[in-house]
Amino acid sequence: MPTLRDIKRRINAVKNTRQITKAMKMVAAAKLRKAQMRMLQMRPYAERMNEVLRALSAATDTEIHPLLAFRPRKSIELMVITSDRGLCGAFNSNILRAASRLIQEKKGEGFDKITISVVGKKARDYFKRRNIEIRKAWTGLSGNLTYSDAQEIAKDIIDSYLDHVMDEVIILYNRFKTVMTQEVTSFRLLPYTMPESHEERLETTSSVYIFEPSRQEIYNQLLPKNIEIQIYSALLESQASEEAARMTAMENATKNADDMIENLTLQFNKARQASITKELMDIVGGVEALK
Amino acid sequence: MEGKIRLEVVTPYGLVFSDDVDEIIAPGSEGEFGVLPNHAPMFTTLKIGMLTYRKGNHTGYLFVNWGHAEVTHDRVLILADSAEKAEDIDVERALAAKKRAEERLKQAEKFDQARATAALERAVTRTKVAEKAK
Repeated sequence: MPTLRDIKRRINAVKNTRQITKAMKMVAAAKLRKAQMRMLQMRPYAERMNEVLRALSAATDTEIHPLLAFRPRKSIELMVITSDRGLCGAFNSNILRAASRLIQEKKGEGFDKITISVVGKKARDYFKRRNIEIRKAWTGLSGNLTYSDAQEIAKDIIDSYLDHVMDEVIILYNRFKTVMTQEVTSFRLLPYTMPESHEERLETTSSVYIFEPSRQEIYNQLLPKNIEIQIYSALLESQASEEAARMTAMENATKNADDMIENLTLQFNKARQASITKELMDIVGGVEALK
Repeated sequence: MEGKIRLEVVTPYGLVFSDDVDEIIAPGSEGEFGVLPNHAPMFTTLKIGMLTYRKGNHTGYLFVNWGHAEVTHDRVLILADSAEKAEDIDVERALAAKKRAEERLKQAEKFDQARATAALERAVTRTKVAEKAK
């Protein structure tokens, strides 16, 4: 049986924790609003850009730009986007579990080499702990994500791709669905077109575009830019998801703390009542003895 | 709709404009070009400039800052780095930017001249487009 003072101490400890989780929840909510707005604004642009490029690249000669060229797919890179900080529920573990599964899957498909690049400290630490080599890690982005961060990542990816470090790039990130749900999503960043879909598209696309200034010029501008945009939008989605997950997690923590405080208070009152009753019994007993 | 073109202007900061219009004049990098319904598919780059559209008797203006345009027979999709409707342009900000850019152009050794020139062009075009809205 814990003493009154023990229970009191525990109540205070839980109250302190609740204060922290509550504050974290509010901070996450504020950050979420900002991140969500940026992400929602970006979405139509990223989607349209992608749509246009897939249509364009399907209707064109693949020789025109090295980013479009087909080549045997021997090695594959997995880019895993997580957060830098924890306390956001299953946000990171979901994505890392999916990453491990995907690695296994790709190994089964007969790729010679699988490389990993990560965004966020959580993914970096996860792979480090498992002694899996990381080709490149970007950390410290969450919170102050800018377009130039995406440009930097895109440049590295494009350069490595053109240097044949890898022949395919897949991005794995948390897509923001609602505040309550985030969806682990993967998409292929490179190559732009796969041979199968290309042949199919060539037959169905009858429209031939007029290019101004020149086809070459436009592809030179658009292809790298699209990579930047796709990476940037994945980063934005991930960031909004992170804050949403944190908000939900902290909300639950606060609720749990409330429950605990209620239980402990009940215990405290019971214990207090018991000690009062005991004291009364003693007094009554003493009075009786004096008679 | 028959005889209409859907004009969509999208930037990283959101969808700026989306409506069915009759005619569009856009600032292509190789010169201005006009688009009427059933235009041949085209893909072009845009420079800093003014985009004009006509819908019935109404003529609207937009400021476009670099980007690309995809033209298909019933749609014009503008993917711009940034764009604003004429009535949404912050003229005071544009004038301040113009002043700043002009000062930077005078101090050739301290500032990137190409960037200052582009900033100046943006500011001047913005004020010009904003005036059209009045």
